[in-house]
Amino acid sequence: MSDRTARALVLALAILLVAGLVLPKWAISLAIISLGKGLVVLGMMLLMRTGLVSFGQGLYYAVGAYAVGILNQVYKFSDAMLMVAAGALAAALIALVLGALLAGYRAIFFAMLTLAFSMILYGLLVKSSALGSTDGFNVDARTLAGIPMGGGASYTLYAFASIAAFLGAWGLHRYQGSLLGRIAPAIRDNELRVEYLGASVRAVVLLNYVIAAVLSGAGGAIVALAVGHIDPEMAYWTTSGEFVFVAILAGTGSVAAPFLGSALFEAIRTVAYQYSPYTWQMVLGAAMLAVIMFLPSGLWSLFERRRARP
Amino acid sequence: MAILEARNLVKRFGAVAAADGISFAIEPDSVVGLIGANGAGKTTFINMATGYLKPDSGAIFYQGAEITPLAPRAITHRGICRSFQVPQLFLSLTVRENLLVSAGIAVRHGAGGRIEAQVADSLERFALAAYADKLAGVLPEGIRKLLDIAMALAARPKVLLLDEPTSGVSAEEKFGVMDTVMQAVRPQGVTVLFVEHDMEIVERYGERVLAFYEGRIIADGAPRQVLENPEVREFVVGEHAAH
Amino acid sequence: MDQLAAVLVDGVIYSSWLFIIALGLTLIYGVMRILNLAHGSLYALGAYVAASLVGAWFANGYPPMGSYALLPAAAVIVGLVAGPLIERGVLRFLYGKDEIVLVLVTYALFLILEDLIKLVWGVESYVISEPYGLLGSFELAGLPYPVYNLVLVAAALVIGAALTWVLQGTRAGKLLVAVIHDREMGAALGINVSRMYLVTFTAGTMLAAVGGALTAPTVSVLPAMGVEVIVLAFAVVVIGGLGSLPGAALGALIVGLVRSASVHYLPQYELFSIYLVMALVLLARPKGLFAGVEARKI
Repeated sequence: MSDRTARALVLALAILLVAGLVLPKWAISLAIISLGKGLVVLGMMLLMRTGLVSFGQGLYYAVGAYAVGILNQVYKFSDAMLMVAAGALAAALIALVLGALLAGYRAIFFAMLTLAFSMILYGLLVKSSALGSTDGFNVDARTLAGIPMGGGASYTLYAFASIAAFLGAWGLHRYQGSLLGRIAPAIRDNELRVEYLGASVRAVVLLNYVIAAVLSGAGGAIVALAVGHIDPEMAYWTTSGEFVFVAILAGTGSVAAPFLGSALFEAIRTVAYQYSPYTWQMVLGAAMLAVIMFLPSGLWSLFERRRARP
Repeated sequence: MAILEARNLVKRFGAVAAADGISFAIEPDSVVGLIGANGAGKTTFINMATGYLKPDSGAIFYQGAEITPLAPRAITHRGICRSFQVPQLFLSLTVRENLLVSAGIAVRHGAGGRIEAQVADSLERFALAAYADKLAGVLPEGIRKLLDIAMALAARPKVLLLDEPTSGVSAEEKFGVMDTVMQAVRPQGVTVLFVEHDMEIVERYGERVLAFYEGRIIADGAPRQVLENPEVREFVVGEHAAH
Repeated sequence: MDQLAAVLVDGVIYSSWLFIIALGLTLIYGVMRILNLAHGSLYALGAYVAASLVGAWFANGYPPMGSYALLPAAAVIVGLVAGPLIERGVLRFLYGKDEIVLVLVTYALFLILEDLIKLVWGVESYVISEPYGLLGSFELAGLPYPVYNLVLVAAALVIGAALTWVLQGTRAGKLLVAVIHDREMGAALGINVSRMYLVTFTAGTMLAAVGGALTAPTVSVLPAMGVEVIVLAFAVVVIGGLGSLPGAALGALIVGLVRSASVHYLPQYELFSIYLVMALVLLARPKGLFAGVEARKI
């Protein structure tokens, strides 16, 4: 099974890289954004497997983006790879602190605390005139690990995003098959037993929280570069809500689902918004209700059913 | 030296004394049955001995060292494991995956052996192989109990506390469950304490019996002797004669 | 000293407003274990319906004082229409599922309602300031305050008292409290839990809407108003303890005073301060200030 998934991921990466050579600019841009947001959803998926729903991934998404922004505008960094790495690192450090506090909470309280933290960041960003307050500011990268990169919809950034997504998905897949990774669904099912078996639930929850934060930070950084602009809205609870929505859609069954779900969401949002700006949210809401009521394991379960166990 | 010792354990829940001065010592490599009516304090003792509850006063010693303040995790690492009255399983995982988790954690914390070998051994020893790929949530009760106990054994404990191992198990399967468990651990000299309501099981497998009543131990000795004790007959067995 | 008085007065006014909007949320959670993310949208719905009614009232030249009756009327309308529609039409099929699933359902409802509002009322703002200014103003500690704000405080007290009386003084209310504590037990005792849910959700919707209706004269009624309110309501409810009425009052008071102090002394931290308090309370008392007891597991 793991071999098959790894092979599928490599194939997907190859297809992405080749397709990118012929895709129009708007598709490239959409793809980079989907891949970046897909990373955030990948992190959410890990948390959901551990039995936790975060309503505040926007925090790390924004941290990643603003790390890029600050390095770019204040310190005049211009290398994308460095900035994305910095975004991921910043997210990891903050997650270590917040995660230590959060690791003792579950269910609604975990969700509400994550929401509170993201709204705290939002409040700080909005009031910070140095960071452009509600307008945010533009970002602009020139190179990626030395390779010249022009603008947000460049093939270089696209390739980088594809590789980052591949590494994230493949890494998570390997992690989930490992001993430590197996503990996540066990925690979701029965924390007490996990403790009685001798493992520390808190430690595993913290680890998974930090991994999710790193993925979200990297995702936010990538999206910031693709869009060329960052603003506090990235930390607002409705942004986190969108990630939750896509995570539900994607389910917890496959590491590729978050990216496909993100792409679907972005495509729908772009198209629907153009034709009917006052009803696309309604359509999304109705779709979400339908998924929850009829497909409790997400859209992915539609594919899983075909390969059901005997 | 006693392998497990309780000294003056007291635990109250409001007005109820689940433990009211419990003291006893368990010799290594022995099998002890704990009997008593519901609420007499048997599960509370197990919860305290494994760190889930802290006594209001008193202490518990394992191999001479006090373990009272330790968390369940730490106590497991020291060598005491338990099974549960209501099997505590990972319901959305298969039997094999449940065992992979318990074996994996145990091996990582130094229990020795290889994970896959341990899982295969558990599946065989506890006759779970036929259910290996079934979700734990759909298993019949007797199989759940066996899985619950198999998982408790992953860490190769020196003391095994079984909380009502045969409750909910059909009359025909009861002895099968107990035989399987005993065969799996007794040859290694594991000390076993089991809580039971079924007096046949107590007599057959217990070398010594402790009778609990309202948080106190009212009898302690060989099974026959304890079960014929008039107080025990009245407060413990008497209630079960109605079953 | 004047500034302190201003902080207190502003704080109490703001707390009253918070209490009204948080009440419906905590009631619904307490009885149905649903954290209603659509609460903000129901609040907005109340504001819009109030705006339409009041707008039409003044357009027809009716006596201005009568417009005040329209505010609670709007809340009742929204409650009686939206409440049963949502509860019977969607929620009732999902009881018994994980709490988080229900949160996601209410999030989906929030998305739907937000667009519904835009479809019906458009994105232009509605201003119905007449009821706000009609009562004139009074002075406190040298500062002018609209009398309308007293109406807000009075409304909070009346609603709080009425709800307390219903829950503790009436038979139906006590049954509701029983269900809050143990749903299954309630059903086992013969309480018609299904009807309780319908009544509770309708009441919760009405409370959300009354918050919106009472707010409408004081702001520009805009589509975004629901989104901003929901997080505030959460902060209040979570601080006080989900499902607790006195908790909602205490939470509202704390958040109201903290925010008021922040606005007067440290304006750049206003938004941040509310969530900080929420985070701090949660960290110290995970279940909020007034929380229930957990049952034994093993």
